[in-house]
Amino acid sequence: MTPLNLTPALPEIFVLALACVVLLVEAFSKKPEWSYTLTQLTLVGAGAITLLTAEAGKVYAFNGMFVDDLMGDVLKLVSYAAAIVAVAYSRAYLSERAMFRGEYFVLVLFAVLGMMVMISASHFLTLYLGLELLSLSLYTLVALQRDSMVASEAAMKYFVLGALASGFLLYGMSILYGMTGSLELTKVVAAVEQGSSSLLAFGLVFVVAGLAFKLGVAPFHMWVPDIYHGAPSAVTLFIGSAPKLAAFAIVMRLLVDGLHPAVGDWQQMLAIMAVLSLMIGNLAAIMQSNLKRMLAYSTIAHMGFLLLGVLADSYAGYSAAMFYVITYALMSLGAFGMVVYLSRAGFEAENLDDFKGLNARHPWLAAVMAMVMLSLAGLPPFVGFYAKLTVLQALVGAGWLWLAVIAVIFSLIGAFYYLRVVKLMYFDAPHANDLAPSGEADVRALLSLNGLGVLVLGLVPQPLLALCAYAIQTSIQ
Amino acid sequence: MNLDYFAELLGPAWLPVWTLAKIVAIVAPLLLGVAYLTYAERRIIGYMQVRLGCNRVGPWGLLQPIADGLKLMFKEIIIPSGASKGLYLLAPVLAMAPALAAWAVIPFTDTLVLADVDAGLLLVMAITSMGVYGVVLAGWASNSKYAFLGSMRSAAQIVSYEIAMGFALVGVLMSAQSLNLSDIVQAQSGGIHQWYWLPLFPLFLVYLIAGVAELNRAPFDVAEGESEIVAGFHVDYSGMAFAMFFLAEYANMILVATLTSTMFLGGWLSPIPGLPDGFFWLALKVSFILFLFLWFRATFPRYRYDQIMRLGWKVFIPVTLVWLLVVAAMLQTPWAYLFH
Amino acid sequence: MEFTSLVFYIFSAILLLASLRVITAKNPVHAALSLVLAFFTAGCLWMLLEAEFLAITLVLVYIGAVMVLFLFVVMMLDINIEEMRRGFWENLPLAALVAILMMVEMATVLGGSRFGLTPPAPKPADYSNTRELGLQLYTDYVYPFELAAVILLVAMVAAIALTLRRRPGRKWVDPAEQIKVKRNDRLRLVSMAPQKPAAPKAAEEEEA
Repeated sequence: MTPLNLTPALPEIFVLALACVVLLVEAFSKKPEWSYTLTQLTLVGAGAITLLTAEAGKVYAFNGMFVDDLMGDVLKLVSYAAAIVAVAYSRAYLSERAMFRGEYFVLVLFAVLGMMVMISASHFLTLYLGLELLSLSLYTLVALQRDSMVASEAAMKYFVLGALASGFLLYGMSILYGMTGSLELTKVVAAVEQGSSSLLAFGLVFVVAGLAFKLGVAPFHMWVPDIYHGAPSAVTLFIGSAPKLAAFAIVMRLLVDGLHPAVGDWQQMLAIMAVLSLMIGNLAAIMQSNLKRMLAYSTIAHMGFLLLGVLADSYAGYSAAMFYVITYALMSLGAFGMVVYLSRAGFEAENLDDFKGLNARHPWLAAVMAMVMLSLAGLPPFVGFYAKLTVLQALVGAGWLWLAVIAVIFSLIGAFYYLRVVKLMYFDAPHANDLAPSGEADVRALLSLNGLGVLVLGLVPQPLLALCAYAIQTSIQ
Repeated sequence: MNLDYFAELLGPAWLPVWTLAKIVAIVAPLLLGVAYLTYAERRIIGYMQVRLGCNRVGPWGLLQPIADGLKLMFKEIIIPSGASKGLYLLAPVLAMAPALAAWAVIPFTDTLVLADVDAGLLLVMAITSMGVYGVVLAGWASNSKYAFLGSMRSAAQIVSYEIAMGFALVGVLMSAQSLNLSDIVQAQSGGIHQWYWLPLFPLFLVYLIAGVAELNRAPFDVAEGESEIVAGFHVDYSGMAFAMFFLAEYANMILVATLTSTMFLGGWLSPIPGLPDGFFWLALKVSFILFLFLWFRATFPRYRYDQIMRLGWKVFIPVTLVWLLVVAAMLQTPWAYLFH
Repeated sequence: MEFTSLVFYIFSAILLLASLRVITAKNPVHAALSLVLAFFTAGCLWMLLEAEFLAITLVLVYIGAVMVLFLFVVMMLDINIEEMRRGFWENLPLAALVAILMMVEMATVLGGSRFGLTPPAPKPADYSNTRELGLQLYTDYVYPFELAAVILLVAMVAAIALTLRRRPGRKWVDPAEQIKVKRNDRLRLVSMAPQKPAAPKAAEEEEA
């Protein structure tokens, strides 16, 4: 029995405590504004704590179940920021749909807690528990709009498929446990180094399948479009941003931290999934008329790109993947944020047609949206370009030339549907259904910042790139 | 004692026989206690309501319980034609069995206990939690609306109050640092101010009241609710089948009273350090709590169903949780001795 | 054969029969009760394996709470068993195949040779399983333990958020308000000067 060292887990403890406070405040005050403010303060406070306790190097706590390293700290900070922005964007949207309730904020906080646990997990058990905490909160968030049939259906699908994925993951973990005799990642990696067997590959297949489900990469991508489409836009906004960071973290923890000796096995699986995702994501997105659905397919493609970075299996590859996922969260927030911002009571600005001629009425919003779209497409000088570039560099550096070529081809195909949105906004006549942004000045400013961030990070990507590289180098042995 | 002689005589069969003898030694006085508890109830409530109560059979009516027992024994057991026969007959047994089984781990004095098991507290909770099946099954198997309503009410009520009861006992085990009932009593030695009713007063109250609710006794007797659903779950029972429910209820009363005495009132310990400890004190405490149960019945009107649920979920559970926090925090301070 | 082995086989037989009854009973209530019996016997088996905490918790949680609520629901349902039985024989071969497969898998795994398992030595009589479990849970495993608790909390929040519907026009009383009522809020005492009844007199006069 070792004495408890709570310091590394201080942010988690803080978020949990404050989430319970929000729950109580909601129960007694009946004023959701308080919950809103408190939630934002909690996230900011957690950010401050994480910043203050951040240090290079790995610190283990709770008997080796919890690990605090720089990669985790950076991902956590970005998660808080994404959650703050997502909650801020959705305020008006939620209050117009009778969802501006304490439960929403509590669930968001618990989802963030789940992500933090996943990001800092170094044990199969905590990995799984964090994943379940996140998933359970997300299922509920999707279903929160009770009177909407689509949302309920989406929640049901999400729940059933999510449970299935958890089952896969658990089954794989149980086989790995049987193989290695430990649930602790550091011990697992030592045991795997002893000798790789066919049973290990068998377990690995299930683990990778479970991860793929959670990441939403092909061929386990079927849930993504339905859930992105069916969920209330504010929830889609949240699901599409921060959880991706946690999903990246869990991939890194499991495959790189825990199963690195079996790299040859999982590289092949990731390669197949990445190619399939790029193909399915980009081709299917072209055919969508609904923006949320289109962005869902684009997510699949982007997650495929992310896998490319991971499977390059080098510091450059991992840090490229990390850079990719952080910038993707930023772009996703911008795109879905615009959908949420342009919606109003009784009207969802989610069809591509709704964006026709946006430039004529709201030129600045159109410009922000255009920046985000061009960045998603991967055009310079936006950040999406550098994200793709670093991944491709790492890939070529690791000798996966053919994969890089495929990735470039599908990115070019994918650029078509992003550019179509830009074309609709700038060159088409305005749609009869006029868009009326809810017009909160702070949200508008935040949205502008988001769009400009895409541009600025594209012009000056070096600091973030260096940070990712440093974080990966100190965190991955 | 000539026990060794018998032990040799019976050989390997000695252990079961001896255990059986001990079981009989517990159950027989218990059943007698149940019989005279009904008598006491009628006399005491009669007194409280300024009437006589039973005074016809024997001197002061003392033979009344025997007469009642004989009457019930010779009555026909009617089985409704639509009833699910097997379950209908099983239900009274299921109600009775846990009420008797839980006595196995109750310590009567520091040496007199049938099974001194380590997790006695948990075992008692597990066994008593099974008592609800008798009520639920009786209501369902009778195939009658009134009976069914009664059993549904009872199921929800018992499940709700079990949580608060469990939390109250968590407080006890935190203070005693043991799940063994004998250890719990020993931990309270040193006089009346060392008994757990004082440091755990809110838990004591919650346990006592939740105990009444678990028993389906007035003022929580909505499962029977004579004025609404006739007699609730046992409306269709007669003769000995009915008597079993009756016995189970009173045996459970004595059980809850004994558990309360053991857990919060120092069991067999004497209130003043100088006096000798012994079974006498336990009997006195049990009698006092039983008297409280009767007093409640004579005094309080029946709770409305939603009020029962409210009390259980929104009052008792928060109260117990808060007090558990207090106890846990206090145990870490220099004043921890107050709670041990 | 030792006495414990005999007890083990008796309990196992009861467990198997009860489990069989769960799936073959015509009446869902009987099936649920058989499940209760199965849980109880499983608890007894665990007790035999010196896992008294798990055994008691199984009884306390599953029999004492979960199955009661389960029965609660099952009793209120009007299930047509024949309807549900349809297709039993068609699906039997597949189900049997899966069951046999699972059995073979478990037999290979639990044989113990793969994992080099040896039966643990029996513990001394005063060994407290409950205490050891508590120590493990609250020291080495406190982090996952707390996380599991948080997950349950989220499940509770989710269940309430998704099902609680505040109906408009619902009538209810707040007991606290009820208790706070003072006599003066409801009752007004009016002092009146004594008056002689006038009407009877008039009637008397009329009679006269």
